[in-house]
Amino acid sequence: MDNKKDLFSLTAGEITGQKHGTEELVSSLAKRVEAVEKKVHAFAKKPQARGQWFGFHWPKPQTENCNLTIRSGPLSGIPVSIKDNICVKDDETTCASKILSGFKPPYDAEVIRRLKDAGAILWGKTNMDEFAFGSSTENSSYGPTRNPHNLECVPGGSSGGSAAAVAADETIISLGSDTGGSIRQPAAFCGVVGLKPTYGRVSRYGLIAFASSLDQIGPITKDVRDCAVMMNIISGYDPKDSTSANIEVPDFTKSLNGEIKNLRVGLPKEYFTHGMDNEVKAAMDEAIATLKTKGAKFIEISLPHTEYAVAVYYIVATAEASSNLARFDGVQYGFRQMNSSGLIDMYKNSRGEGFGNEAKRRIILGTYVLSSGYYDAYYLRAQKVRTLIKRDFDTAFKEIDCIITPTSPTPAFKIGEKATDPLKMYLSDIYTISVNLAGVPAISIPCGFTKEKLPVGLQIIAKPFDEEMLFKAAFAYESQTNWRKIKPKL
Amino acid sequence: MPISKSEVKYTADLARIKLNDEELEILAIQLQKIVDFIDKLKALDISGIEPTSHVLPLHNVFRQDELTPSLKTEDTLKNAPSKEGNFFKVPKVID
Repeated sequence: MDNKKDLFSLTAGEITGQKHGTEELVSSLAKRVEAVEKKVHAFAKKPQARGQWFGFHWPKPQTENCNLTIRSGPLSGIPVSIKDNICVKDDETTCASKILSGFKPPYDAEVIRRLKDAGAILWGKTNMDEFAFGSSTENSSYGPTRNPHNLECVPGGSSGGSAAAVAADETIISLGSDTGGSIRQPAAFCGVVGLKPTYGRVSRYGLIAFASSLDQIGPITKDVRDCAVMMNIISGYDPKDSTSANIEVPDFTKSLNGEIKNLRVGLPKEYFTHGMDNEVKAAMDEAIATLKTKGAKFIEISLPHTEYAVAVYYIVATAEASSNLARFDGVQYGFRQMNSSGLIDMYKNSRGEGFGNEAKRRIILGTYVLSSGYYDAYYLRAQKVRTLIKRDFDTAFKEIDCIITPTSPTPAFKIGEKATDPLKMYLSDIYTISVNLAGVPAISIPCGFTKEKLPVGLQIIAKPFDEEMLFKAAFAYESQTNWRKIKPKL
Repeated sequence: MPISKSEVKYTADLARIKLNDEELEILAIQLQKIVDFIDKLKALDISGIEPTSHVLPLHNVFRQDELTPSLKTEDTLKNAPSKEGNFFKVPKVID
């Protein structure tokens, strides 16, 4: 083992098989969290603040260095941080919202059950935009998270805490959720790897729902190998989620062979026209050149309905959100405004005080597009245009194996820069949103830095249930580059 | 089509969210901008296109009609802001 390297900076792959003990790793990470968390604020609930130092399977330690029994498994002794919208039994899970303050789930999400089975240590709950509504992690009841590469910039969102924690080496791996780019965009902004699986690949049982026809849980990791290992663990059929697909899960690590000779890669012309930052464009050109040297063949393709994707998304996602968030009414859990006269007044007061501004905005927009007189004009029309967007991908994939785009049109923006203009914020998700509408899988991997030392992300998109293709292409690219070794200076 | 403050208030009432006057004013302006943007969908010809509510070819999902363990009443009530006996407690519904 490389003694000069701090344990906290390692990947799960590098840790596994090393001779050090788990206590040593946990202690190294704990010190790292103490050292940098004040600057980054990646956690909604820090690991140690929640009596979680040693995870759920372990007896509460008497001292920091007592002997521990670790469950064996593919993630034995590996700390994994969990986005605050994924239920962990008996641990406060609030979606960074006042309306769920104090909520302790009476059960584990399916992904948590699988992680525990795999031997992982649950390492804190990560910060997020309230109910995953946002692209910057500024809309949080815990306050904003900062980008580890530049503390004046946002980490992206909504899984900004998960991405920042991995980038800042405050954890080894995180789980996030992605409804319109919420894993991939923060992964790109923070210079780490993030994957949104195919809709139906990973059980959402225990994920607090935002938009049920779009939401997926996925990993955020330091490298592509860890991402494949995580996907092996969390993927697969779960009868507790009726949208879970009963499709066999391959061993994703077998796709990490670097072989991409004659791979047919599509470049959507609609993505490469306007609005793309010059430095993002330059990084993309370089990435394409790198893949060409490995034998990939590039083909220009068309996704003609791209310009409608953001509009469709903000109808479909808010409509579904307004329905899903109806359950937060001050009755079964969370915050209740106690000074109310009557039941309806209690609902209105609890929701008026409990939800933040962006949550209110989206619920009301969603209610508006579903309301009588507007349903056909907005919601039904959006669902039809969604069909056209999905068809664009079906058609494109007849000729190609995968699609490459930037993950985001710009690098991380400044905190506060888009906070007062919701529409401007929504448009920052332009390259990630279509993927959720079509239900296809996509990964974001680091592909360079701007002059200001902000990371740039490369997005690879594949056919439904072809995550193997994502791993094949991502690993081939990653093994030709050293971006992931450039760590933030904290 | 401009969105009025009273329309925002009406929609907020449907959504059971209390908003103050300032919030109503800001939301009317912001929703207007968003609705103007999403109105671009009206330019598309969608005749004969089926709506997509779901990307998977899923229909009804059935399970065997068998008893399986579920949450205990006390676990279900654990997070309630107000409860009495085995019930969630809410303010008076009927006078």
